[in-house]
Amino acid sequence: MSDAITLMELGGIVLLLGLLGRFAGRIGLSPIPLYLLAGVLVGHGGVLPLGASEEFISVGAEIGVILLLLLLGLEYTAAELVTNLRQQAPAGLVNIVLNAAPGVAVGLIMGWPAAGVVAMAGITCVSSSGITAKLLTDLGRVGNRETPVVLSLLVLEDLSMAVYLPVLTAMLAGVGVLAGVLSVGIALVAVAAAMLVALRLSRPLGRLVFSENSEVLLLIVFGLALLVAGLAQQAQISEAVGAFLVGIALSGRVATSAEQVLTPLRDFFAAVFFVFFGMRIEPADIPPMLLPALALVVVTTVTKVAAGALAARRAGIALPGQIRAGTVMVSRGEFSIVIAGLATGSAIVAPGLGPLAATYVLLMAVGGPLLARAGEPAGRWAVALAARLGRRGPMSGPAVAEGAGESPLP
Amino acid sequence: MFDGDSEVEVTETKLPGIGLRHDFVTEDGRRVGVVSRKSGRRDLVVFGKDDPDACSLVVGLNGSEADALAEFLGSRRIVERLASLSEQVANLVTGKVRIAHGSRYDGLTLGATRARTRTGASVVAVIHAGQAIASPGPEAALQGGDVLVVVGTAEAIEALRDIVAE
Repeated sequence: MSDAITLMELGGIVLLLGLLGRFAGRIGLSPIPLYLLAGVLVGHGGVLPLGASEEFISVGAEIGVILLLLLLGLEYTAAELVTNLRQQAPAGLVNIVLNAAPGVAVGLIMGWPAAGVVAMAGITCVSSSGITAKLLTDLGRVGNRETPVVLSLLVLEDLSMAVYLPVLTAMLAGVGVLAGVLSVGIALVAVAAAMLVALRLSRPLGRLVFSENSEVLLLIVFGLALLVAGLAQQAQISEAVGAFLVGIALSGRVATSAEQVLTPLRDFFAAVFFVFFGMRIEPADIPPMLLPALALVVVTTVTKVAAGALAARRAGIALPGQIRAGTVMVSRGEFSIVIAGLATGSAIVAPGLGPLAATYVLLMAVGGPLLARAGEPAGRWAVALAARLGRRGPMSGPAVAEGAGESPLP
Repeated sequence: MFDGDSEVEVTETKLPGIGLRHDFVTEDGRRVGVVSRKSGRRDLVVFGKDDPDACSLVVGLNGSEADALAEFLGSRRIVERLASLSEQVANLVTGKVRIAHGSRYDGLTLGATRARTRTGASVVAVIHAGQAIASPGPEAALQGGDVLVVVGTAEAIEALRDIVAE
């Protein structure tokens, strides 16, 4: 009997997600905010609290985080990460500092413990690479000369997650300084090992893992990621980092094929994860957080646009391109929720962190794409304004011929 | 090159997570390029005139569409090249040169005629007793009544005819 109820609940919620996804696609929105809202509605204190299927959703959410990070790692090769780190490190650092600062400020104002402050810093810092990549394609900007700069910044944000997540996990676990340093040390060694494997041993590893049969490939890569994620959690360095490192270590043909077979699985479990995060938020907690979230939205929009524009300017992109680069990466999404999920799932007391993060991401995931669309006319307007003022605006850079990361072929 | 093309300077840019972009600036100052996605799709991109950083035209192509476009662009060029090649070929003719019985070369080898050195014409076959020996080497024996199949300019063939008639 309870099995039937579980199935009906699960079917109902997944069907609802599908309909919401279709609606989001029709109006050109990211589905993430709608999934979160659906979670809030079916969660505790919502209009239609779920009962029986919560256990499945909770496990599914954990798998969702692992798959999100695994596919993030699969997307990039170690060589790309290393080159980007070399070329764009200053711009990447500016981006991270500028966008973590508002989160730190909010955490301090709210009087949260250090772990809560660090979590909030991550939530405001990291752009949604999913939303941004989709926007670049939808707006026809994949070929644009500022796009490599945007992608580099995203890569560096994601790479910094490999260091940030173990630190956060250690702090959230409330371990002592020594144990914390130890687990962070383990994480750094693991990151270095994964990069080394990807750079030196990608062929033998690829042969070991690869299969022409997509079913076999799916099971091997998924199983490997779950296993390593579990080991990472056991070693106190966050299951997400483990999955991310598996993704980085795999490259070439294996990575491309695995990405294809795992994407539908990721889409499903990531949706479950967003619902699960929403479920743990009391709807009544959201209204008081609207104003702080709105302030945070304004500040972090400015900091993100500034970071993107500065990086583009450094690469010799003209003013309109600088504005496009800044506005396209404003959206925060899946990874902010991953971080918030880690924080709210832990023992630390940071009242309001969950609802604030959810409200913030709701606003950012809806507003970000709108702002990205506005980036094009805004760029033209800025040029016209600069021309009318008769001098170059503060953000108009020198028109250097070649952007960073471009190399002439012989 | 036949039509005075200069080498095109192609710029390769990595797009982490997406793929690669190749682009170059045409003689007329337009930047065109192709984004090769990891999925195999291609985007043909043309950059704007007023904003050189932005693409004013993006055409997404699947694998076979990209192949079709490449073939069209490529084979047009090949046809042009073949046309100019056949113009050069137009000056070449093939001819037959008969070795008379009692000729100086009756019983000698093809090498002894030193045909290519002296005339520039190439002997591509020897017809001996109704049978063609293709691509004969210098050691090929010649006998009266054999016919040489020759490729070269008309003058060169005429010169060879004079030589074997000695």
